[in-house]
Amino acid sequence: MRLLSFRTFRHGVHPPEAKEETRGMPIRQFPFAPLLVVPLVQHIGAPAVAVVREGQEVVRGQRIARPDGFLSVAMHAPASGVVRRIALAPSAAGRMVPAVYLEPFPGSTQEVAEGAPCRLDRATPAEILAAIQEAGVVGLGGAGFPTHAKLAIPAGKVVDTLIVNGVECEPYLTTDHRVMLEQRDDVFTGIRYLLAVSGARHAIVGVEENTPDAARHLRDGLPADLPATVEVLRVKYPQGAEKMLVSALLGREVPSGGLPVDVQALCVNVATTAEIGRLLPHGRGIQERVVTVGGPAVVRKGNYRIPIGTPLRFLLEHVGVTGDLDSVFLGGPMMGQAVPRLDVTVTKGVSGVLAFTGRESERASRRTYPCIRCGHCLDACPVFLDPATLGALARTADFARMTDEHHLMDCFECGACAFVCPARIPLVQQFRLAKAAVRKAAAR
Amino acid sequence: MAPLAKTLTIRPSPHLLSGASVDTTMVNVVLALLPATAFGIYAFGAPAALTLATALASCALTELASCRLAGRPSTLGDWSVTVTGLLYGLTLPPGLPLWMTALGGAIAVGLGKALFGGLGYNPFNPALVGRAVLQAAFPVAMTSWLPVFDPARFVSLPASTLTPPFTTPVYDAVTGATPLAQWKFGHALTASGELALGMVSGSTGETSAVLILLGGAYLVARNMMSWRIPLAVLVTVGGLAGLLHEIDPQRHAPAGFHLFSGGLMLGAVFMATDMVASPMTALGGYLYGALIGALTLVIRVWGGLPEGVMYAILLANAVSPLLDRAIRPRTYGTRGPART
Repeated sequence: MRLLSFRTFRHGVHPPEAKEETRGMPIRQFPFAPLLVVPLVQHIGAPAVAVVREGQEVVRGQRIARPDGFLSVAMHAPASGVVRRIALAPSAAGRMVPAVYLEPFPGSTQEVAEGAPCRLDRATPAEILAAIQEAGVVGLGGAGFPTHAKLAIPAGKVVDTLIVNGVECEPYLTTDHRVMLEQRDDVFTGIRYLLAVSGARHAIVGVEENTPDAARHLRDGLPADLPATVEVLRVKYPQGAEKMLVSALLGREVPSGGLPVDVQALCVNVATTAEIGRLLPHGRGIQERVVTVGGPAVVRKGNYRIPIGTPLRFLLEHVGVTGDLDSVFLGGPMMGQAVPRLDVTVTKGVSGVLAFTGRESERASRRTYPCIRCGHCLDACPVFLDPATLGALARTADFARMTDEHHLMDCFECGACAFVCPARIPLVQQFRLAKAAVRKAAAR
Repeated sequence: MAPLAKTLTIRPSPHLLSGASVDTTMVNVVLALLPATAFGIYAFGAPAALTLATALASCALTELASCRLAGRPSTLGDWSVTVTGLLYGLTLPPGLPLWMTALGGAIAVGLGKALFGGLGYNPFNPALVGRAVLQAAFPVAMTSWLPVFDPARFVSLPASTLTPPFTTPVYDAVTGATPLAQWKFGHALTASGELALGMVSGSTGETSAVLILLGGAYLVARNMMSWRIPLAVLVTVGGLAGLLHEIDPQRHAPAGFHLFSGGLMLGAVFMATDMVASPMTALGGYLYGALIGALTLVIRVWGGLPEGVMYAILLANAVSPLLDRAIRPRTYGTRGPART
């Protein structure tokens, strides 16, 4: 049953939800791979600096890298074992990044080392921020922005509302849904930390009406002293995008190039919130995360708590894939990144590992046509751009007009335009290339 | 388990696409036109069927020839030329000499579409470009109509149909007159019921307003057509005609007559909505539709011709790029529309 709601943002699209197969699957612990590869940069910002040596034995949860400056976070050992190498490893984007190669001990347990707890009743906002950075927390929704940096409210700005983002608008993904059902108390504890650090007076947990059980579960358990509400929104993609969620819940429009804090709001993913609530009271760091493993090519689909650094090859061999596996991507199918190789590992920003067969791939790569100016993309774009004209300008490399006249830089690549395009023009890719060219020119 | 060894396909996001595509949209437009087409053949018989077949063949062959000339693969598979050919045929008088039909089809696709770069680049509705040239070149043939439900319509052809190329057609003694012409030149009013159902003379596919609306509703339901444009056209025509009728009922026909007569329904639903030649924004669509409605009525009431839908749409097509340039959505988080 759905809860009826009419609140949402304007425009957007309705891709098939494809969540039936995993939404009922409780979170299960994933085993350790024989070799875990923990990249030292899993976030936007400076790579963490390793504080362990090759050959050193570490215990699960132990800090293995320290933040390098403000825009950086700590890393923790996902398993007890031996540091085999500190060397380069492939990232999903195709670059080589520094990483710690960790060989778990045979029979390594799930027990986690504890650190100095960050107590809600004693800690100052600055201490909570430091604890969040030490816990290695980054946006688990996929953006990978260090959470403490997001929570550091700039001088002169005030936050009145904390939005906890429980809108999992990407098809296939059900991790946030499961976290809300299974880690309710962690979510509430996380909200307390976030309210304390941001100065917001109250919190809104935003969920879509396709997760009524989560909405009810959260509402039923709301502590009387927690200034929080649970709001249900209509299902629409990309409602989980910060700007769209702020508009849907508060009716405020985040200025172009700005952040929700510019309209007195702060948006934190619900899984990130739960992780803060789970880790900080024990002084622990992120050493694993909940991932939806799904897609038509996966045999044992489900939600798994997967150690950071688990190689995709091990992951997919463990859950099993069908013989016609064709492509694998990290995140959801709308914005996720296709991986070129399976020695890429699960990092903190990976909310889903999806495997498609040749059939879905064929469907996504059918022939393109010229733009017929149907205007569907204009009705889809959540930030009210004109993707048809932007695409035409991109194809003639007229980047100046794209930025000056058509707000190219406001595009956040949600893919709604390309999803609806009957000519199947790869609009998002054209915009990415254009943005890269614009940034390159600006840097020069 | 065997180790996973597989070459992965990489592709930019999004990895899901909606079912919509240009070819399925075009096929559905053809499907939506079939009821009105079938009625046209039933009402006007063999000459209507021959006219449609000739129109389709001429347009398709011209498309194929222009692809050859341009050294491109055939674009018949996108079905857009089928839509053009069918629409073009439906706007013609059923007894039009076939050589004129063939000539107009070549002009529609050659001049109206291929010359501008093919699908996606035509500034005007190609079917109407072909029809407009015929209207200018052969005004008599283009306004000579067959009677509706002629008993002999399936067993014999009118003399005009098989007129040898580049000669003037000879018309049978009995010809039909369209309700618009009867009003304009004889001040005779046809009943609205007959008009809506198509029990009147006219172009092959324009007479049954009900079946045209049915096809349009199907496309709107499948999100393959803008409902705003036909709505704006019909509301404008209905409103203005009603106003004029209110002012002087003797001189001006009632709104219902204007709405259901002539090519208005076919034009509003299937011609004005040509995606390439109409504006992309909602407001642009309303303005464009209102312009078509107003121009149609101006030509019908004060112009020399009984019918004005075709010229109204072609003129609005010309304005469409301006509307898209002037009306821009306000980008989220910005003050005003994008700078132009």
